[in-house]
Amino acid sequence: MLANVQIRKETGDATPVVDLRPVATTAHSPREAVVSLTGVSKKFGDQTILDGVDLSIRQGDFVALLGASGSGKTTLLRILASLDEANDGKVLVARNRSVVFQEHRLLPFRRAWRNVLLGTKQPGNGRAIAERALAEVGLSAKADSWPKHLSGGEAQRVALARALVRSPTLLLLDEPFAALDALTRIKMHALVEGLWRDHKPGVLIVTHDVDEAILLADRILVLKDGRFSLDVAVPPALVRNRKRQELEPDEVNPLKYRLLAELGVAVPGHTA
Amino acid sequence: MNTTLLVPLATRPQAALRPPQWHAPRNLLRVALPVFVLALWQVASSTGILSPRTLPPPSAVIEAFRQLIETGDLQAALPASLARAGGGLAIGLLIGIGFGLLTGLSRRAEEAFDSTFQIVRLIPFISLVPLFIIWFGIGEEPKVLLIALACVFPAYLNTYSGVRNVDRRLIEAARTFGLSPVQITLQVLLPAALPAVLVGVRFAMGVSLLALIIAEQTNSRAGIGYLIFVASGALRIDLIVACVLVYAVLGIAIDLVMRLVEKLLLPWR
Ligand SMILES: Nc1ncnc2c1ncn2[C@@H]1O[C@H](COP(=O)(O)OP(=O)(O)OP(=O)(O)O)[C@@H](O)[C@H]1O
Ligand SMILES: [Mg+2]
Repeated sequence: MLANVQIRKETGDATPVVDLRPVATTAHSPREAVVSLTGVSKKFGDQTILDGVDLSIRQGDFVALLGASGSGKTTLLRILASLDEANDGKVLVARNRSVVFQEHRLLPFRRAWRNVLLGTKQPGNGRAIAERALAEVGLSAKADSWPKHLSGGEAQRVALARALVRSPTLLLLDEPFAALDALTRIKMHALVEGLWRDHKPGVLIVTHDVDEAILLADRILVLKDGRFSLDVAVPPALVRNRKRQELEPDEVNPLKYRLLAELGVAVPGHTA
Repeated sequence: MNTTLLVPLATRPQAALRPPQWHAPRNLLRVALPVFVLALWQVASSTGILSPRTLPPPSAVIEAFRQLIETGDLQAALPASLARAGGGLAIGLLIGIGFGLLTGLSRRAEEAFDSTFQIVRLIPFISLVPLFIIWFGIGEEPKVLLIALACVFPAYLNTYSGVRNVDRRLIEAARTFGLSPVQITLQVLLPAALPAVLVGVRFAMGVSLLALIIAEQTNSRAGIGYLIFVASGALRIDLIVACVLVYAVLGIAIDLVMRLVEKLLLPWR
């Protein structure tokens, strides 16, 4: 299940340990590992962005990644997406993975349904498959639209359909809703949650929104100074329980203020 | 003191619901100046202010057209000119777009060819006319080659920068979906560069017309340029003006053709 991502060392001459054996459990296990990072480091010039990061995500996990601007969240995601190479450490990721970026990144010269099929090999029935994926994100009516004519939220939903059509075991989301308005964002949360329930990929979502993280994820990481300074599980009673999170702020707030404090935001009258 | 803070803004029914109408004032305004200039030209000629030896009246130019068509001169000259321009254009586009794609896609090819193109580009092609005549004689070859040379550079430059300036983020997205370099080239880079390539084609077509005119000035045995040569020998200004107008019509035709091509090839714009 896991593919070894190539590692190139930027400095020094010691070759990193490359373990080709997947860390995944047996094939019968419903919860295979989809990400396994050990001691992953990344530098840009003499700026250390990631400093020996360890991370393990299994299929079905929903992990939110928080961190101040410039803390290296995108860098980590790009390494997992194989768009950048780590300088050191061991990187194992699921071969079948999809990425949704902050911008939709749809090809402007392909209609929505043809964008959904990008890079998939669908003999003949591609159109039907694309339409089913678009229906899942509530965009059946826009299958023949050019990306230029889609609204921001619609384009992002097409990008989501494009990511899901290949049934990824790992879904990487880099602030996918940051550019959307608050109402559309609420709808997108419900949509992503529903899609996650139906397909059960491992999800790593980068976000700046603490509420969003608590609402969607079962586990939350905070990236600070090149490491995860916090790695907490959302209390089981609260996980994806919108109603309870709204009705029982006293249960949510300790986690919320702890995360905010970790992000360097002091909320008057509250101590983490 | 004016206390009104609200201003009324116009409304406009949806385009599809509006009855189709001829935008009379706008279209009239567009043709007003050209018609006025034509009228002025005719009046100046008939009152004798403008000597027919300087510029014959519009009516005489129309008459010259009729003559050109009646004698079959125009029908013979036009295909000859179009074949030259078309042939040169085709060769120029082939070389320009071909090398533009090559240097745009491959760093190695860029290092090998781009500097040469950039240097040769700086030579005004008109200055090569005497050389071309010495090298290739006075037949069709120097004319077609001159047009081809002139067309290479707009096609090359636009194709090259078109490929190079494709949004990196689209390529990254394609990579995350597992497309191979060949697939990325065919499915992302080339379609995304197409608008720029077509801009290059449009420029090359314009330049081909320019090069055609220059090439036809020397030792032509056929073509619009040959008609002008004969007419100027006979001091037939009316014929010269008629031929110049033919060139202008060709320029307009290029524009219309390219608009149609862009509409067909870039429906997503
Ligand atoms: N290609 C690059 N070259 C040099 N420095 C880079 C490069 N990419 C990122 N950086 C630097 O690495 C640091 C982390 O960047 P990254 O994009 O991962 O931050 P981020 O946590 O995603 O921030 P944000 O929340 O603002 O998106 C930043 O200081 C950035 O300037
Ligand atoms: Mg980022």
